[in-house]
Amino acid sequence: MELIANILGVLFVLGGALFMLVGSIGLIRFPDVYCRAHAATKVDTLGIMLFILGIAFFTGFSLTSLKLLFVAAFVALTAPVAAHALTRRALIHGVKPWTRKGKEG
Amino acid sequence: MDFFYILISAIMVLVLLIPFYRVLQGPTVFDRLLGAAAVGAKIITLVLLFGLVYGRVDMFVDIALAYAILNFIAVIAVARYFRFTSPARF
Repeated sequence: MELIANILGVLFVLGGALFMLVGSIGLIRFPDVYCRAHAATKVDTLGIMLFILGIAFFTGFSLTSLKLLFVAAFVALTAPVAAHALTRRALIHGVKPWTRKGKEG
Repeated sequence: MDFFYILISAIMVLVLLIPFYRVLQGPTVFDRLLGAAAVGAKIITLVLLFGLVYGRVDMFVDIALAYAILNFIAVIAVARYFRFTSPARF
Protein backbone atom coordinates (compact mmCIF):
# COMPACT_ATOMS: atom_id res chain seq x y z
CA MET A 1 0.00 0.00 0.00
CA GLU A 2 2.82 2.37 0.81
CA LEU A 3 4.47 1.49 -2.49
CA ILE A 4 1.35 2.58 -4.41
CA ALA A 5 1.19 5.82 -2.42
CA ASN A 6 4.86 6.51 -3.12
CA ILE A 7 4.46 5.88 -6.86
CA LEU A 8 1.42 8.17 -6.99
CA GLY A 9 3.31 10.80 -5.00
CA VAL A 10 6.32 10.70 -7.33
CA LEU A 11 4.05 11.00 -10.37
CA PHE A 12 2.14 13.95 -8.91
CA VAL A 13 5.29 15.76 -7.77
CA LEU A 14 6.96 15.33 -11.16
CA GLY A 15 3.81 16.57 -12.91
CA GLY A 16 3.67 19.59 -10.65
CA ALA A 17 7.33 20.41 -11.28
CA LEU A 18 6.74 20.09 -15.03
CA PHE A 19 3.76 22.46 -14.92
CA MET A 20 5.76 24.97 -12.86
CA LEU A 21 8.59 24.80 -15.39
CA VAL A 22 6.13 25.49 -18.22
CA GLY A 23 4.65 28.43 -16.30
CA SER A 24 8.09 29.90 -15.67
CA ILE A 25 9.01 29.64 -19.34
CA GLY A 26 5.75 31.39 -20.18
CA LEU A 27 6.65 34.14 -17.72
CA ILE A 28 9.85 34.69 -19.69
CA ARG A 29 8.55 34.31 -23.23
CA PHE A 30 5.22 36.16 -23.30
CA PRO A 31 5.17 39.74 -24.57
CA ASP A 32 3.36 41.88 -21.97
CA VAL A 33 2.04 41.98 -18.40
CA TYR A 34 -1.36 40.48 -19.13
CA CYS A 35 -0.06 37.45 -21.04
CA ARG A 36 2.56 36.92 -18.35
CA ALA A 37 -0.10 37.03 -15.63
CA HIS A 38 -2.05 34.42 -17.59
CA ALA A 39 0.99 32.12 -17.75
CA ALA A 40 2.24 32.73 -14.22
CA THR A 41 -1.12 32.32 -12.51
CA LYS A 42 -3.07 29.53 -14.18
CA VAL A 43 -0.27 27.12 -14.91
CA ASP A 44 1.57 27.78 -11.64
CA THR A 45 -1.59 27.24 -9.60
CA LEU A 46 -2.18 23.87 -11.23
CA GLY A 47 1.47 22.98 -10.66
CA ILE A 48 1.36 23.86 -6.97
CA MET A 49 -1.86 21.93 -6.45
CA LEU A 50 -0.40 18.81 -8.07
CA PHE A 51 2.82 19.21 -6.10
CA ILE A 52 1.09 19.56 -2.73
CA LEU A 53 -1.18 16.62 -3.55
CA GLY A 54 1.91 14.54 -4.23
CA ILE A 55 3.47 15.55 -0.90
CA ALA A 56 0.18 14.65 0.80
CA PHE A 57 0.56 11.16 -0.71
CA PHE A 58 4.03 10.96 0.83
CA THR A 59 2.90 11.91 4.34
CA GLY A 60 -0.02 9.51 4.44
CA PHE A 61 -3.49 9.98 5.91
CA SER A 62 -3.19 12.29 8.92
CA LEU A 63 -3.81 15.83 10.13
CA THR A 64 -0.69 16.94 8.26
CA SER A 65 -2.09 15.90 4.89
CA LEU A 66 -5.33 17.73 5.72
CA LYS A 67 -3.31 20.88 6.37
CA LEU A 68 -1.45 20.33 3.10
CA LEU A 69 -4.76 20.18 1.23
CA PHE A 70 -5.73 23.38 3.03
CA VAL A 71 -2.55 25.04 1.73
CA ALA A 72 -3.44 23.87 -1.80
CA ALA A 73 -6.98 25.27 -1.50
CA PHE A 74 -5.62 28.56 -0.16
CA VAL A 75 -3.18 28.93 -3.05
CA ALA A 76 -5.91 28.05 -5.56
CA LEU A 77 -8.14 30.75 -4.08
CA THR A 78 -5.60 33.55 -3.66
CA ALA A 79 -3.19 33.37 -6.62
CA PRO A 80 -5.79 34.36 -9.26
CA VAL A 81 -7.11 37.13 -6.99
CA ALA A 82 -3.60 38.56 -6.56
CA ALA A 83 -2.86 38.46 -10.30
CA HIS A 84 -6.22 40.05 -11.08
CA ALA A 85 -5.58 42.92 -8.65
CA LEU A 86 -2.12 43.47 -10.12
CA THR A 87 -3.20 43.47 -13.78
CA ARG A 88 -6.20 45.67 -13.01
CA ARG A 89 -3.83 48.20 -11.45
CA ALA A 90 -1.57 47.93 -14.52
CA LEU A 91 -4.53 48.61 -16.84
CA ILE A 92 -5.61 51.63 -14.80
CA HIS A 93 -2.08 53.05 -14.88
CA GLY A 94 -1.97 52.77 -18.65
CA VAL A 95 0.14 49.76 -19.55
CA LYS A 96 -1.00 49.09 -23.12
CA PRO A 97 -1.95 45.54 -24.06
CA TRP A 98 0.28 43.94 -26.66
CA THR A 99 -0.89 43.91 -30.26
CA ARG A 100 0.36 42.09 -33.30
CA LYS A 101 1.92 45.20 -34.83
CA GLY A 102 5.26 44.41 -33.21
CA LYS A 103 5.33 47.45 -30.95
CA GLU A 104 5.55 46.99 -27.20
CA GLY A 105 2.91 48.81 -25.21
CA MET B 1 13.42 8.26 -1.02
CA ASP B 2 15.65 10.99 0.43
CA PHE B 3 17.53 11.11 -2.87
CA PHE B 4 14.30 11.88 -4.71
CA TYR B 5 13.45 14.74 -2.34
CA ILE B 6 16.86 16.34 -2.75
CA LEU B 7 16.77 15.87 -6.53
CA ILE B 8 13.36 17.54 -6.77
CA SER B 9 14.62 20.35 -4.50
CA ALA B 10 17.53 20.98 -6.89
CA ILE B 11 15.13 21.00 -9.86
CA MET B 12 12.84 23.46 -8.07
CA VAL B 13 15.78 25.79 -7.32
CA LEU B 14 16.65 25.77 -11.02
CA VAL B 15 13.00 26.46 -11.95
CA LEU B 16 12.95 29.28 -9.37
CA LEU B 17 15.76 31.08 -11.16
CA ILE B 18 13.65 31.51 -14.33
CA PRO B 19 11.04 33.95 -12.87
CA PHE B 20 13.86 35.66 -10.99
CA TYR B 21 15.14 36.80 -14.39
CA ARG B 22 11.78 38.53 -14.90
CA VAL B 23 12.16 40.24 -11.51
CA LEU B 24 15.52 41.68 -12.53
CA GLN B 25 14.70 42.42 -16.17
CA GLY B 26 10.98 43.24 -16.36
CA PRO B 27 10.11 46.43 -18.19
CA THR B 28 7.34 47.56 -15.82
CA VAL B 29 6.88 47.44 -12.05
CA PHE B 30 4.01 44.99 -12.44
CA ASP B 31 6.21 42.51 -14.29
CA ARG B 32 8.62 42.50 -11.38
CA LEU B 33 5.82 41.97 -8.89
CA LEU B 34 4.40 39.12 -10.95
CA GLY B 35 7.82 37.50 -11.04
CA ALA B 36 8.20 37.94 -7.26
CA ALA B 37 4.83 36.27 -6.69
CA ALA B 38 5.91 33.36 -8.92
CA VAL B 39 9.17 33.01 -6.97
CA GLY B 40 7.21 32.94 -3.71
CA ALA B 41 4.90 30.23 -5.05
CA LYS B 42 7.94 28.05 -5.79
CA ILE B 43 9.45 28.71 -2.37
CA ILE B 44 6.29 27.22 -0.80
CA THR B 45 7.05 23.90 -2.48
CA LEU B 46 10.71 24.17 -1.44
CA VAL B 47 9.72 24.62 2.21
CA LEU B 48 7.54 21.51 2.03
CA LEU B 49 10.39 19.52 0.47
CA PHE B 50 12.72 20.63 3.27
CA GLY B 51 10.11 19.37 5.71
CA LEU B 52 10.19 15.97 3.99
CA VAL B 53 14.00 15.86 4.08
CA TYR B 54 14.15 16.74 7.78
CA GLY B 55 11.20 14.46 8.63
CA ARG B 56 9.20 17.26 10.25
CA VAL B 57 6.44 17.95 7.73
CA ASP B 58 3.96 18.77 10.51
CA MET B 59 6.06 21.79 11.48
CA PHE B 60 7.05 22.94 7.99
CA VAL B 61 3.49 22.88 6.65
CA ASP B 62 2.62 25.72 9.04
CA ILE B 63 5.59 27.71 7.73
CA ALA B 64 4.40 27.05 4.17
CA LEU B 65 0.90 28.26 5.02
CA ALA B 66 2.29 31.43 6.60
CA TYR B 67 4.47 31.99 3.54
CA ALA B 68 1.46 31.60 1.22
CA ILE B 69 -0.51 34.13 3.27
CA LEU B 70 2.40 36.60 3.26
CA ASN B 71 2.83 36.20 -0.50
CA PHE B 72 -0.83 37.03 -1.06
CA ILE B 73 -0.84 39.95 1.39
CA ALA B 74 2.27 41.47 -0.22
CA VAL B 75 0.79 41.52 -3.73
CA ILE B 76 -2.55 42.89 -2.51
CA ALA B 77 -0.80 45.57 -0.45
CA VAL B 78 1.27 46.76 -3.40
CA ALA B 79 -1.80 46.81 -5.63
CA ARG B 80 -3.60 48.95 -3.03
CA TYR B 81 -0.55 51.18 -2.68
CA PHE B 82 -0.46 51.97 -6.40
CA ARG B 83 -4.09 53.03 -6.20
CA PHE B 84 -3.00 56.37 -4.74
CA THR B 85 0.59 56.57 -5.96
CA SER B 86 1.52 56.22 -9.60
CA PRO B 87 4.70 54.22 -10.28
CA ALA B 88 7.55 56.57 -11.11
CA ARG B 89 8.34 55.01 -14.48
CA PHE B 90 7.27 51.89 -16.30
